[in-house]
Amino acid sequence: MSAVAFTGTSVMDVDAAKVRGAGSNVHFDKVSVAYGAHVVLHPLSLDIAPGEILAMIGPSGSGKTTALRAVAGFVRPASGRIRIGATDVTDLPPYERGLGMVVQNYALFPHMRVEDNVAFGLRAQGADKALVTERVKDALGTVGMSAYARRYPRELSGGQQQRVAIARALAVRPRVLLLDEPLSALDAQIRRNMVEEIARLHRSLPGLTILYVTHDQTEALTLADKIAIMRDGRVCSHGPTTELYRRPPNRFTAEFLGRANLLPVTIVEGVGSKGFATARHGDKMLTGAGRDEKTGAKSLLCIRPQHLSLTADSEHTNRIVGTLREVHWQGELTHLMLDVDGTPVRISATRLPMALPEPGATVPLFFTPADTSLVPEDAGV
Amino acid sequence: MLVWSRSGRLVLWVLFALLFGVLFLAPLAVILLSSLADQWNGVLPSGLTTEHYSEVVSGAAGSAVKASLITGFLASTLALVSGTWAALSLRLQGHALRRLLGLLFFIPSAVPSVSVGLGLLVAFSHPPLLLNGTVAIVMIAHFVLISAFTFGNVSAGLARLSPDFEQVASSLGARPAYRLWHVTLPLLAPYLVAAFGLSFALSMGELGATVMVYPPGWVTLPVSIFSLTDRGDIFAGAALTMILVAATLILLLGLERITARATGS
Ligand SMILES: Nc1ncnc2c1ncn2[C@@H]1O[C@H](COP(=O)(O)OP(=O)(O)O)[C@@H](O)[C@H]1O
Ligand SMILES: [Mg+2]
Repeated sequence: MSAVAFTGTSVMDVDAAKVRGAGSNVHFDKVSVAYGAHVVLHPLSLDIAPGEILAMIGPSGSGKTTALRAVAGFVRPASGRIRIGATDVTDLPPYERGLGMVVQNYALFPHMRVEDNVAFGLRAQGADKALVTERVKDALGTVGMSAYARRYPRELSGGQQQRVAIARALAVRPRVLLLDEPLSALDAQIRRNMVEEIARLHRSLPGLTILYVTHDQTEALTLADKIAIMRDGRVCSHGPTTELYRRPPNRFTAEFLGRANLLPVTIVEGVGSKGFATARHGDKMLTGAGRDEKTGAKSLLCIRPQHLSLTADSEHTNRIVGTLREVHWQGELTHLMLDVDGTPVRISATRLPMALPEPGATVPLFFTPADTSLVPEDAGV
Repeated sequence: MLVWSRSGRLVLWVLFALLFGVLFLAPLAVILLSSLADQWNGVLPSGLTTEHYSEVVSGAAGSAVKASLITGFLASTLALVSGTWAALSLRLQGHALRRLLGLLFFIPSAVPSVSVGLGLLVAFSHPPLLLNGTVAIVMIAHFVLISAFTFGNVSAGLARLSPDFEQVASSLGARPAYRLWHVTLPLLAPYLVAAFGLSFALSMGELGATVMVYPPGWVTLPVSIFSLTDRGDIFAGAALTMILVAATLILLLGLERITARATGS
């Protein structure tokens, strides 16, 4: 383990840390936020476990930043309480919350060298010189920026500034690290590397609780232990990442988290002992993984693009027929756009038969019941 | 509007040079020539001399430069501190109040400076506010006239400052005073220096209000120039004007160097 061992403390509350041990949980208790009459966060209850990475994702304007800033203390909740560890921080000013925050454009102090940026929090909290020196060295080492300590922020690339911003937040040993779209200012290539680096960082600091706000589902899927999907100021689903991806609880989640093909179906036979239900789409009978769907109910059968195949095999017991519309070759992946009785369906495949059918051709599609999930239609949509 | 053709650009440059030359350089050149003129009855002076300079330097110039620099420095410093303070505290107020108070700050610049001087003279002519005939009233007059500019400059700087810097500082544990001193003010520094330079220059050239309130023994450069020319001593007035111009230029250049070094560009 690196020298930056996370005890989840800020310099100021060493005593609290002894009680708390490693990492702090964050608890939203019916937190709502309004600007005037405009409610931007409806009562939100959510728990982030110590050491967990929670990704809050959702379209722009859905209230993600507002939720994060309520934790940081820059937005006052209209109602509800926020607890970090054992402390109710709702009425504490930001500088007493013991957090680390990284914002979209990093906000590195331009008049300070990298090392002074990283030392800022500790100095502000009155830490002694030796401790500052040691922690700055550790934090810069953790993000691989030791060689740049004497540089000014303007002398760094975007990715490097990003690392310094993270080091600056880590140096105070925050109880919780808040990241608001930390990678959105970077270009795609660097973004992919940074996602992996943040994952590595968290492996070396397993006690660190992270609230990661993003609109990018790839970042969320790669990094998060749990995901909360926001929509119009509400959490519309929340759960372990793989669970949410495999068994989306509603249409919005299925579409927002990885593209989903959603076939409208009617349940013919409710969920059996193995967890599968039989459903009808047009004249085709299909088997899908369900929850508690009732016979006769309308539902959506969610099939991920990578789970559809043009070739039959013993596992692929479900079969539908579609009309090929377009083929997009992307090197690594080939995307086929089809039309299945008026529902657009996408296939993403790494390997395809040598002779692809021409657009306009009718092609059979096969998939495995275990790869599907029955999703209820969203209420009121 | 962009002019691309070569001849078009040439015409534009000539126009610009003419305008600049006629409006800015010609008056300055005439003053410079007058300050060096022996006699000036024809189109050009009949001879050149440095006599006017030695005359004003041995006369009132020294004390006038001193009075102007001290007044400028103190009034600008005071305006900088209070303008910054006002801009910082108004930022925390609601939008409407901010607009209103911001406007109030600018009233003195809409009133003729002579009237500002007159107002101060009347207001401070009775005990307990008896300041007539003191240096303080000159400082106050200058302060009133220039503080709007410092306030305006600092407010503009604050408006451009992303709230992220201060919020990140807070979240890292910086209390408001620490944050102000180590983050907000350093980030505002270029605006503060610009505000200081501008108000210093304004103060150096201030005549209208100063002429109403100045006490004997505190004659600023513009007042000296005014009384010299009023007496018909045009050439000496011109020499003193050149000294004022030089002093202001040196000051502004010095400030520019400081800003350049502070922002590292
Ligand atoms: N200071 C503010 N005043 C008024 N409305 C705001 C303010 N900040 C955010 N909002 C509104 O709150 C909603 C949620 O914003 P935000 O939390 O920034 O969304 P996200 O981060 O998910 O894009 C938006 O509709 C936005 O217009
Ligand atoms: Mg946002």
